[in-house]
Amino acid sequence: MTTTRQETDVIAPPAPGRWRLFGVFAIASLVVAQVVAVVISPPDRDMGHLQKIMYVHFPIALNMFVCYLVVLIGSVRYLMLRSERADLLAASAAEVGAVMTGLTLALGMLWAKPTWGVWWAWDPRLTSTLVLFLLATAYLALRAFVDDPERRATWSATVGILGALNVPIVYMSVRWWRTLHQVQSSPSSLDPEYVIGVRLNLTAVLLVTVYLIHSRYAAALTERAAENRAMAAALGANHGG
Amino acid sequence: MSDSFAAEFARARAVAWKDLTTERRSKAGFNAVVSLALTILLLFGFALGPDSGAVRAAAPGALWLAALFASVLAFGRSFQVELDGGALEMLLLYPGSRRAIYVGKLLANLAFVGLLIAIVVVASMVLFQVTIPRAWPAVLGIIGLGAVGVTALGTFYAAIASRSRAREVLLPLLLFPMLVPVLLAAVQGTKALMAGDLMNEAGAWISLLAGFDLLFLLAGFLAFDAVIDA
Repeated sequence: MTTTRQETDVIAPPAPGRWRLFGVFAIASLVVAQVVAVVISPPDRDMGHLQKIMYVHFPIALNMFVCYLVVLIGSVRYLMLRSERADLLAASAAEVGAVMTGLTLALGMLWAKPTWGVWWAWDPRLTSTLVLFLLATAYLALRAFVDDPERRATWSATVGILGALNVPIVYMSVRWWRTLHQVQSSPSSLDPEYVIGVRLNLTAVLLVTVYLIHSRYAAALTERAAENRAMAAALGANHGG
Repeated sequence: MSDSFAAEFARARAVAWKDLTTERRSKAGFNAVVSLALTILLLFGFALGPDSGAVRAAAPGALWLAALFASVLAFGRSFQVELDGGALEMLLLYPGSRRAIYVGKLLANLAFVGLLIAIVVVASMVLFQVTIPRAWPAVLGIIGLGAVGVTALGTFYAAIASRSRAREVLLPLLLFPMLVPVLLAAVQGTKALMAGDLMNEAGAWISLLAGFDLLFLLAGFLAFDAVIDA
């Protein structure tokens, strides 16, 4: 609005390169991981086939933190270097992160209903994941409500960093508030028969996460490059006239 | 940072004084916000009562929610008043650090919210029939630390939200999830102290509040430059 435009590092849309191939590979690995997890591994003694949710729930929950780490890195980079690319990367990761958080919650609830008998329990990990989802929603809402790209980038970077700082505090406060969740899953707490399914899913979901963030990022770059070009053309016309 | 700390603090004090003077001369804003807080308390009474036991147990939560909902309006106003008069640009043109503006606004908001919470506390003690707990100094400490935490983030996010579209929605949307630890610590700490703190948990909640306040006072102070200049 009133701010002067800075130099942008988003000039040309990205070349597609081999990302389509990567995407196909990522989706295929997700399918393979499901086949291993659902068909090959045995059902759980207590939970039966219900336990299969864990194969996607746990990897998605972990990769949600990967997304938020990218948001944090992109936000810090933007504030340090004023690189528009860093801002767009943070925004893309936040979108994917919000979807992952929503999926984590939804899958967790699907598992909780038959196991705990309730869709929702005010347990620390559930509750802090919901707070995380709301923080991500607020970040995306802020981006939607601010039009000036530079202002949007600065504000969302600071909001992103403050939100990331708050995540451990939220978790700690909610944990002190109450505790019910089962001990966090890790390969060491699982029977070896399940480990391979989990490992495969972790890798596959990570690949899909990277692909999704990249796709969103490439779209954002294309969009901004077009806007910047239109603006440059308008300015050029003004100078010429 | 060419100026001395004293000069910066004088600037912050001038901003705070200006805000409080404006508020004192009109009083309309403060009266409206306090009336809203009292209305919310009353609605909590209707929603949870009339059983006096249930109402008393919910008093700390109702108190903090009423204070939170009402103070969001105060934070929004503190920047809205500047924008309406076209005064923010002027404020930014004055020499000195932007951080003096943050500290000044923070101090003014703290006075505003502190007084608001004091009124809400007295009102909720009367309405919800709460007796003064023996550990009242610790309860006052929790209220003070909670007010600082709410104001530190509230002032910072108001600087952002008041200059965006849909600011009425955006400020609470940004602020409330961030304040989850403050709300939990303040409510649980107060509840524990009112019940005699048998589990010795109030101390932990107070340290959590103090840590939260320190972290976000510092973060708000450091990030304010970038936010207000954008």
